[in-house]
Amino acid sequence: MSFLKVKNLNINYKTRKENIIASQEVAFTLEKGEILGIVGESGSGKSTIANAIINLIDPPGKITDGSIEIDGQQICKNENLIQIARGKKIGFIFQDPQTSLNPLFKIKDQLIETIQTHLNLNYSQALQRSIQLLKEVGIEEAEKRIDDYPHQFSGGMRQRVVIALAISCEPDLLIADEPTTALDVSIQFQILNLLKDLTKNRNLAVIIITHDMGVIAETTDRVIVMRYGIIVEQGPTKQILTNPQSNEAKSLVISVPPTNKKINRFKLINPKGHEITNNSASITKNIIKTWGIRENKNQRLLNFSNVSKIFDDGSIFKKVSATKSVKALDNVSFELFEGETLGLVGESGSGKSTIAKIITGLLHPTKGSISYYDKSLFDQNHKYKSFKNNGEIQMIFQDPYSSLNPRFKVKDIIAEPLKFYQRGIGIDNLYQNVNDLIDIVGMTRQSLNRYPHEFSGGQRQRISIARALATRPRLLICDEPTSALDVTIQAQILNLLKDIQDELHLTMLFISHDLPVIRQMCNRIVVLKNGIVCETNNSEDLFNSPKHSYTEELIKLMPKIESII
Amino acid sequence: MFLFKTYKKLNDTDIGYSFFNSKIAIISLGVFLIIFICSFLAEFVAPYDPFDPMNISLMDAFIPPVWSQGGDPNFLLGTDQQGRDMLSTMIFGSRISLIVGFSSILFAMFLGVFLGITSGYIGGRYEIIVMRLTDVQLTIPSILMALLVDGIARAIISKSMHYDMAIYVLIFAIGISEWPQFARVTRASTLVEKNKEYVSAAKIIGFSNLYIMFKHILPNILRPVLVIATIGLALAIITESTLSFLGVGVPPTTPSLGTLIRFGNNFLFSGEWWITFFPAIFLVILALSINLLGDWMRDALNPKLKKR
Repeated sequence: MSFLKVKNLNINYKTRKENIIASQEVAFTLEKGEILGIVGESGSGKSTIANAIINLIDPPGKITDGSIEIDGQQICKNENLIQIARGKKIGFIFQDPQTSLNPLFKIKDQLIETIQTHLNLNYSQALQRSIQLLKEVGIEEAEKRIDDYPHQFSGGMRQRVVIALAISCEPDLLIADEPTTALDVSIQFQILNLLKDLTKNRNLAVIIITHDMGVIAETTDRVIVMRYGIIVEQGPTKQILTNPQSNEAKSLVISVPPTNKKINRFKLINPKGHEITNNSASITKNIIKTWGIRENKNQRLLNFSNVSKIFDDGSIFKKVSATKSVKALDNVSFELFEGETLGLVGESGSGKSTIAKIITGLLHPTKGSISYYDKSLFDQNHKYKSFKNNGEIQMIFQDPYSSLNPRFKVKDIIAEPLKFYQRGIGIDNLYQNVNDLIDIVGMTRQSLNRYPHEFSGGQRQRISIARALATRPRLLICDEPTSALDVTIQAQILNLLKDIQDELHLTMLFISHDLPVIRQMCNRIVVLKNGIVCETNNSEDLFNSPKHSYTEELIKLMPKIESII
Repeated sequence: MFLFKTYKKLNDTDIGYSFFNSKIAIISLGVFLIIFICSFLAEFVAPYDPFDPMNISLMDAFIPPVWSQGGDPNFLLGTDQQGRDMLSTMIFGSRISLIVGFSSILFAMFLGVFLGITSGYIGGRYEIIVMRLTDVQLTIPSILMALLVDGIARAIISKSMHYDMAIYVLIFAIGISEWPQFARVTRASTLVEKNKEYVSAAKIIGFSNLYIMFKHILPNILRPVLVIATIGLALAIITESTLSFLGVGVPPTTPSLGTLIRFGNNFLFSGEWWITFFPAIFLVILALSINLLGDWMRDALNPKLKKR
């Protein structure tokens, strides 16, 4: 008799225009003391299943058929039973610790409220229990911290509090929906370890939903691979990761960037199981013709020297003192040479994006100088001299959903910079250029007449790349270009970036928090921490023999898919 | 056939679907369109031309509506003190009200959106000055503001010119009292939009700030502006009527709804209730239909309240 039994679960989202099947004949079981991972691309129905178990599906979603049993008790569609079970039997950990705690209540009140709802304890007993729980999830000075408000905790600490809340009433089942996606690598490591320990010590049944194959490899015992609401494969983690049977699982596993070696290109598998080998070399011919032949002479392209950036939130009346202001960058220096890809790595708050914004002129540095081909990008008054680079520095953004103007058609998005830099361009010539660009990024010409919201995240990122290429850039800054994308789409976009870099002789500054991705993409790497450069080295040297202790820690802590093989 | 096709097409879009499934929206748009079309085709629709002296006979003065005692089937809703047909004067009067309402709200919209988008985008001292200006403006009731503008205009413009200029002064007066709403909403939306990455992308490409503001940001913030413009239109029409009622609006030779109510007000206690009652009801229906339309629009355009 299994602890959790899900049978033939069917969930539909019926909208005005279509009936979206979020889950179709989903069936699995879970034992106590076992960690089950659910992976799949976005929209594959992972979260829907978790929400179905606690009966919190957003309308218009509906469970049309199937059963969910816990301990032999049917809880599906039984609102009274499930309400008792939520919190008491089933604990839930949400993705974003910033929003899953009520900011107006003290930690104490939130814990005690939950405990008293489900357990028959008086206030002091509940308080005692809360302190004990906080200690268990590794919060120091729990007696003191329990009086704090959520905003007084860091992201990782907050996620610990959420976990404490989830296990507060001794649940038997813990559901974690992307529990570490919003967290940095080192904190992710701690949280995953905590979950593993709790599972062992308390004999919990745990479901972890994630898109990160590294997390799956390091924590789970069994895995379910989903696609379009259907379970395509399930089995022991090791078996799925080393010897996947279905094409979906194969393509998921193969597109994960390996952490232990550098590969030239990501392998891709089409839905039929064949490898995709084409690249865009032939397509770039037209572009090269219009751009003229370029060569990389290994010249220094960008010199970023001794740059500091201080954010002060002073008003117009007074300046903020030096101690109060936030130093986003502190004496950062690096050089960038033609044709190379330089990686910027660091956790959140390390100043990676600030560097990108300074180079593109969105921010100005407080101190230091930045020169592009030995011409300074900023004048004495810290004013950006954009005319000096003629659109040669372009950027690709992290969030494909906000980086394209929703009111512009794709062709206008791409044509706009072309018209701006080539004044008086003929209409035929313009559309020829737009067509060439959309071909390069591997999209159909039909897509030119559509609006951005009609495309998926990966396709939007391609449009974004086409727009960046429209100004004939030399330096392409990629600010976490794939962190919002699924791993298979990520592989496609990274391949595309590599191709256009080779063909068009671009220089790239690649910013990411994802070490495996950085390793695959970059020649040299700069490691940043709190605005300070820890280490700059060739990427293979850096991964094989890190010199700085922080680098070493980052590499040690990153979830590795190879750990299980 | 053609109508059916356009209906099908409209029903396919989210906003069209929401419209065809809201009885209130359909009815209020219908009522508004009828009033709108009638008032602009007044010469053809109205039974009489109340401003043509040939049609007016003082003999016909104070005729009650057709269903009450002494009613005349020639004058459906009765006549006023000069013998003008009430229905016709109302239709002609609503034209003035609508013209003033639309023009003043357009004026307010242009001013408010311009100041709002620039202050939101540029920020700094300019933003502080503009926003404090709106705060000051909002402390003055719009009627008072309009009275003030009207008074100043009377002092500046010569008496002979005044009747011709009255309508423009009115439009300016109402517009100037409505713009802070637009400025605030536009600024708030601009603050959200300007931090989105497509704006950064446009900056990196090298576009000028004015181009980014009006080509990139403006189309993305038009929705809330449209909603407050609709609700503001009803408010502007009411303000116009109030001013005309107080006697500082359009001159009595070209009466608007407010002017008609003022005239009728004098006869309310002598039993000729219809002279003020019908214009007032007409005004209520007009304002209500626009307001309900605005309410529906606010819900339909708000992604958070969207029903599937």
